[in-house]
Amino acid sequence: MSGVALDPRTAVAFPMAARAAMGDTQLQKNVRHATDVIQAKRARVVGEMPDWQELRETGKQIRQHTMEHLDVYLEEFERNCTKAGGVVHWAQDAAEARQIIVGLAKAAGADEVIKIKSMTTEEIGLNAALEAAGIHPFETDLAELIIQLGQDQPSHIVVPALHKNRQQIRAIFQREMNLPDLGETPQDLADAARMFLREKFLRVKTGVSGANFLIAETGGVCVVESEGNGRMCLTLPETLITVAGIDKVVPRFQDLEVLLQLLPRSATGERMNPYNSIWTGVDARDGPKAFHVVLLDNGRSEILGDTEGRATLNCIRCGACQNACPVYRQTGGHAYGSVYAGPIGAILTPQLMQMEHAQSLPYASSLCGACYEVCPVKINIPEVLIHLRNKVVEQNGPMNPEALAMRAMGMIFRSERRFRAAQRLGRVAEMPLVRKDGLGEGWIGWLPGLLGGWTQVRDLQAMPKETFREWWEKRNG
Amino acid sequence: MDSRAVVLKKIRAAKGGASSEAAAGAAWAAIPRRFTQAATREHGAVLELLMDRLLDYDAQVSLVQPEAVRATVAGMLTARGVLRMVVPVGLPDAILPQGFEFVVDAGFSNAELDGFDGVLTMAKVAIAETGTVVLQNTAGQGRRAATLVPDYHLCVVRAADVVETVPEAMARLEGTAALATTFVSGPSATADIEMTRIKGVHGPRFLDVVLVAGGEEA
Ligand code: SF4
Repeated sequence: MSGVALDPRTAVAFPMAARAAMGDTQLQKNVRHATDVIQAKRARVVGEMPDWQELRETGKQIRQHTMEHLDVYLEEFERNCTKAGGVVHWAQDAAEARQIIVGLAKAAGADEVIKIKSMTTEEIGLNAALEAAGIHPFETDLAELIIQLGQDQPSHIVVPALHKNRQQIRAIFQREMNLPDLGETPQDLADAARMFLREKFLRVKTGVSGANFLIAETGGVCVVESEGNGRMCLTLPETLITVAGIDKVVPRFQDLEVLLQLLPRSATGERMNPYNSIWTGVDARDGPKAFHVVLLDNGRSEILGDTEGRATLNCIRCGACQNACPVYRQTGGHAYGSVYAGPIGAILTPQLMQMEHAQSLPYASSLCGACYEVCPVKINIPEVLIHLRNKVVEQNGPMNPEALAMRAMGMIFRSERRFRAAQRLGRVAEMPLVRKDGLGEGWIGWLPGLLGGWTQVRDLQAMPKETFREWWEKRNG
Repeated sequence: MDSRAVVLKKIRAAKGGASSEAAAGAAWAAIPRRFTQAATREHGAVLELLMDRLLDYDAQVSLVQPEAVRATVAGMLTARGVLRMVVPVGLPDAILPQGFEFVVDAGFSNAELDGFDGVLTMAKVAIAETGTVVLQNTAGQGRRAATLVPDYHLCVVRAADVVETVPEAMARLEGTAALATTFVSGPSATADIEMTRIKGVHGPRFLDVVLVAGGEEA
C-alpha cells in the first residue's frame, strides 16, 4: 500500500481490486480470524440482552427521527455548544473542512497535532492536508498508529488494522520506532505504542478528534473508545478540534441510554467499551481552553434528499455489517477503494460521491441479508443496495441487459419470501448481474469469476448449504 | 451565502421544508422505548452483578461496610505497591488510610500528574450490567486528566450509587449532563492486534473498586 488515502474517485473498481485481494491468502486469513473473533464476542454479549430487539427498534426510530428534523437539531446543537464556550464551524465539503481545520491548527500555533481515530478525518484526507501545511499529525489509536507508521490504509471502520497480524505489526514498529529487540506478543506491541505516544500526549498542545454523537439538547460531544488515547487527546491539549458529519447528532442526552447500549456490543462485542467521554464546550478547570466543532456535510445532505437512501445516514459506524459480510470477509477492506468498507461502505461511498464514482460498490454484495440482521439500528442495507443498483442503471441507460436483470431482481427482493426463496436457489439470481463500467469493458464476467474464487477457497469457507439468515435464526432460536 | 446557510438550506430542501422545534419535540416524545429501563434485580443482586462484571475486566473489587473502607483502601494500595496518590478536591478524609501520601490535585501539569503512582476518586454512578463507573467533574471525582494520566485508579463507590441498567444511569446523570463526564469500564484495553484483548494501553493499566455498603436509601 502506498500510504495515499483511499479515494473512490481514483480507486480501481471493486471487482478488479477484489480479485487482487482474493489472491492474498495472508490478508484473507487475518481478516477472517479477526472477524470470527469479533462476531463470536458480539453474539455472546448481544445474547445476554433480552431486550435487544426493542433497543434496535428504538435506536432505529431515534436515528430516523433525527434525520427528519436534522435542521432543528443541528441548530440546537450549535446554539448549546456555543453557549458552553465551543465554536461551531460548517463545512460544505471535504476541502472546506480541511481548510478550516488546518487554519485552526495554525492559529493555535501547532506544528504537531495528536489525533483520535476518526473515519471522518480519513474521509476528508486530513492528514495529508496537515502535512502539506507543515503540521505533523500523530495517530494515537493503536490501529491507526500501525496504519500511519506502515504507510497503509484503514480496512475496517472500527478495527482499521485488522488486516495485519502481529508479525507484520512487529516489523513496522521495529523499523519505525527503532526497536530491533521488540517482542511479538500483543502485549509487547501495545507497550511499545504506549512508550512511543506517552511523550506526545504530554507535550503536544493541539488535539483533533471525530465524534460518535453530538447531543443537541446540551451541545455536548460524545467519543467512545477503548485505549484511553481518546481521553488523552480530548483532555490534555490546550486546543481541541472535533470534526463530525452532520449525521452524528442525537436529539437528547437521554438518547444515549439506547445508543450506548447498541454501539459497544455491536462494534467490539463488549458490554461497554472501556471509555466514553462526554464534554460540553470548555470548562476552565478541566480540559482544553479552546474547543472547535466542524460540522461536515460532504454529500450527506444529498443522501438525506433520497428517501430510499436516507437510512444510510442512520449508521452509527459500529462495523458489525462488515464483520458479518461474506464479501468483506473474502476481500478485506482495501478493495472497496474507500475508507468506508463492507456493506456500509458499499452504500455510503457511492452516495457520498453523488453516484458519480464507486458505481461498482452496490454490486459488491451477495445480498445475503447478514448485514441487516446485525445492524443495531436496523438499516436495511440490501434494500438500499438494490435501490442504488437501480440508480446506477438509470444513470447508465435503462435499456441495457443489466437494467432488465435489475427489474427481475427488484421483484424478487421486494418480498422477503421471494428473497429467501431466491437465496435457497443458490443465489443464482446474482449471476446475470454482471457489471459493466461506463465503457462497457474491463470486468465483464466478474461476478461469476468472483463466485468461482469463493469456491476455490471452499475449505476455508464453504458456500453454505443454508443461508446466513436461516443459520442465524436457528442459532438464536 | 456562508456555508452554514448553504448546508441548512440543502438539508431543508432535502426534507421538503423546515422542521419546527415544537414538531420535533412532540415526535421525539412519541418514540417508543420498550426496552428494559428499570432494575430487574433486587439491590444486593445488582451489587453482585457489578462485582462480577468488574472482575471480568480484571479489576479488584471489594464490598465492605463503611467502617472498613479505610483498611480496604490500604490493603488494595499495598497490594498494587503504590504510595503516592493524587486525589481530587472534596474527597472525604474518612476514606483515606494512614501510611500513604495523598496529594490534593491543585491543577497539576500533565507531567506532574505523570509522576503519581495512582489516583483515588469516588464516582457519580456505577452501572452493574456493563461494569461501568461514571465520573463527573465534581467534588471527590475531579478533573478528567487526574483519573487518566496516573497508571492506577482506585474508585470508591457507594452502594447507593450503583444502578443495574444504562437507562437508570442516564436518568441519574441527566441533571448534571453538561459536566465533563467519563464512563470507565475496566482498565484501558485494546483488541487491535489479532483481536486479543490487551489490558492497559494509554489510560490507567489497573483499576480497583471499593463498594461501600449501606446508605441505599440516601
Ligand atoms: S450500517 Fe449498521 S451495522 Fe453497519 S456500521 Fe452502520 S450501524 Fe453498524
